[in-house]
Amino acid sequence: MSSFSALKILPSHPIAGEHRRHSSPFHAAPAGRLLRSSGANYLSSSSSVTAAGRPVRVLSANVVSNEKQIGSALAAITSKEALDLYEDMVLGRSFEDMCAQMYYRGKMFGFVHLYNGQEAVSTGFIRLLTARDTVVSTYRDHVHALSKGVPARAVMAELFGKTTGCCRGQGGSMHMFSREHNLIGGFAFIGEGIPVATGAAFSSKYRREVLKESCDDVTIAFFGDGTCNNGQFFECLNMAALWKLPIVFVVENNLWAIGMSHFRATSDPEIWKKGPPFGIPGAHVDGMDVLKVREVAKDAIARARRGDGPTLVECETYRFRGHSLADPDELRNPDEKARYSSRDPIAALKKYVLEHNLVPESELKAIDKKIDELIEEAVEFADSSPAPPRSQLLENVFADPKGFGIGPDGKYRCEDPGFTQGTAQV
Amino acid sequence: MAAVLQAAALLMGSQTDIKTFRLRSALRSAPVRHEGFFVIRTEGRLSATSGVMPRRAKLIPNAVAVKADTTASSAASKPGHELLLFEALREGLEEEMERDPRVCVMGEDVGHYGGSYKVTKGFATKFGDLRVLDTPIAENSFTGMGIGAAMTGLRPVIEGMNMGFLLLAFNQISNNCGMLHYTSGGQFTIPVVIRGPGGVGRQLGAEHSQRLESYFQSIPGLQMVACSTPYNAKGLMKAAIRSENPVVLFEHVLLYNLKERIPDEDYVLCLEEAEMVRPGEHVTILTYSRMRYHVMQAAKTLINKGYDPEVIDIRSLKPFDLYTIGNSIKKTHRVLIVEECMRTGGIGASLRSAIIDNFWDYLDAPIVCLSSQDVPTPYAGTLEEWTVVQPAQIVAAVEQLCK
Repeated sequence: MSSFSALKILPSHPIAGEHRRHSSPFHAAPAGRLLRSSGANYLSSSSSVTAAGRPVRVLSANVVSNEKQIGSALAAITSKEALDLYEDMVLGRSFEDMCAQMYYRGKMFGFVHLYNGQEAVSTGFIRLLTARDTVVSTYRDHVHALSKGVPARAVMAELFGKTTGCCRGQGGSMHMFSREHNLIGGFAFIGEGIPVATGAAFSSKYRREVLKESCDDVTIAFFGDGTCNNGQFFECLNMAALWKLPIVFVVENNLWAIGMSHFRATSDPEIWKKGPPFGIPGAHVDGMDVLKVREVAKDAIARARRGDGPTLVECETYRFRGHSLADPDELRNPDEKARYSSRDPIAALKKYVLEHNLVPESELKAIDKKIDELIEEAVEFADSSPAPPRSQLLENVFADPKGFGIGPDGKYRCEDPGFTQGTAQV
Repeated sequence: MAAVLQAAALLMGSQTDIKTFRLRSALRSAPVRHEGFFVIRTEGRLSATSGVMPRRAKLIPNAVAVKADTTASSAASKPGHELLLFEALREGLEEEMERDPRVCVMGEDVGHYGGSYKVTKGFATKFGDLRVLDTPIAENSFTGMGIGAAMTGLRPVIEGMNMGFLLLAFNQISNNCGMLHYTSGGQFTIPVVIRGPGGVGRQLGAEHSQRLESYFQSIPGLQMVACSTPYNAKGLMKAAIRSENPVVLFEHVLLYNLKERIPDEDYVLCLEEAEMVRPGEHVTILTYSRMRYHVMQAAKTLINKGYDPEVIDIRSLKPFDLYTIGNSIKKTHRVLIVEECMRTGGIGASLRSAIIDNFWDYLDAPIVCLSSQDVPTPYAGTLEEWTVVQPAQIVAAVEQLCK
């Protein structure tokens, strides 16, 4: 029902029209022009939340933008929170920079997708989660893992292909998992993580309503702008809205799907507007601003935790490096890159923290130093860790290893002491 | 090395023969041997899952199956209850849902409609809409959702309304079901069952008459079983649900209305085990699913012609029960594979290579493999009939093999 009200009312409602004009530079701007947002925009579809289907606009603390400050000069966060956010973002950035070094030094191989520039999204959302909440990521997943609490040394060792890695060296850069931290991937193909996240959210609902457990766990699915043209995105928006699942769909719109500009790939570049037709509130936020992201994330996560259903959040962000370390990044306009690097989310947070006297600069420097040491230690740990032994090769193919079958000797193959030394014959 | 293995196998073979003889005669004298035999197996399986019985003990019943007519024409006085195959599936699923509240069903029309073949009829009323989840027509996404639910503690049974529709979920089945346990370094398990009607039906057209076993068999980490009787349908359904592995349970669209008397007692079958359908001496016929019935039809003719074929329903399509298969080959030295799968890269092709690898020295004749034709299943009845293996072809193949 709510989706119908949104569909019907939004286009004709005068406020909705004004709202769109204000927050939609996409239509006016020629393709390729930078997206800009002055804060967080909410387009709610729920008629219970907004009387007469009137969309709600929320402006959160205005941090990075050069526009006049909105609201009071009071800081939106405590100094403790500021330190946590700063540390997490610096950790993400330093870790990825080290990955690049290690990749060029031949310590890791394959496709390595770095997160530089997008830290505000991971930090803004994941630092609000509890340990029990679930995160589903994409191939650009190192920093999501770190934000969720997976130790840097375990992620680095995984990238080095060592047995001490968070997946014993069996996953690699694009397949990070941690059961302890409820990180359930690490999905390398576009869109395939969204239904898995939807399933995790379904589990939470099931636990509460069928198993009668007290469960208010939330799932966050991260994915990019390219994914939003894929059917699974729409299929899962539909299912999540249908069953009011406790999930937040977070689009990290960095404008580029490898070499495909967002504006060349989609008929309506405003991804956040794709929520309301499904009955899901859509929010649009400056993804280079961790405090704005956090503000929107708080609402979306709380909404999911209350049992009010999913939210679609589009974070407008940018990656500072190529698609992967194998990408020479020659296609993107240098001006565009420069514009976004001037809006570095870490520098912006630092500026904010100092301007609001939340933390003395010395403390931030101490964090920088601490993270440097942590990353050094992670590299040393990964480097000195053993490579997986051959006996590990066949260990996790089947959860129940009887699936390897019955050998000519009549025993289960997995019962053979030399089983893992050979090649699987099933 | 090969010689050592052979010697061990011979030794084991002879042991089995002795037990076979003893048990077979004992069973023949039992008045209700068929059901009694099944119940024994059931108990054996149950205790075996607790890890008490050694593997070999579990397998003996297979090797000693009586030469009974397994088509279930049972008198009303016999113990157990009679039901159709789809009802057996339903009974197994229902028992598991009652036993474990984490077991749930998701798929198209599984709830209010009761399933396209009524395997979940009445479940929505009994278990509620959330446990019997009617999904939108979005195979890849609801399969992915089942996988996400499985990773986070549930045990979903995902129904493909028609097995062919699972092609739309192939990425999720292959990349997620098959790989996530491994790529996560063993941290997550995917205890899902993917099931549904497949195979060549009656003029359903190409897309609804898929033989998908060949597509799924090389997905690592995915287990595959095919049921063929109400008895094994129920037992395999229950076993698949209890397995920590992702399991694809193949049901055949033409077998749903098979009737059989099955035990009242709770039983679970072994997913990895083949089923001896008819012991014999002259040739080993390996088959599964619907082709089992074409084989048994051919077997009647063959027996009249003086042949004594051994028929094994391999049931476990991945992995193969090479123990039961091997013991049979050591006895008959001739193998005929009859399958409905595609000829190219099918189950038969894999089975043939496994047999050549493991039992080459026991073979007295080249393995013959009768598969269905490599064509999109035609609509016309005549063409469709020629697509799958017919009993006359089986008879001819055995005659040729035993010449």
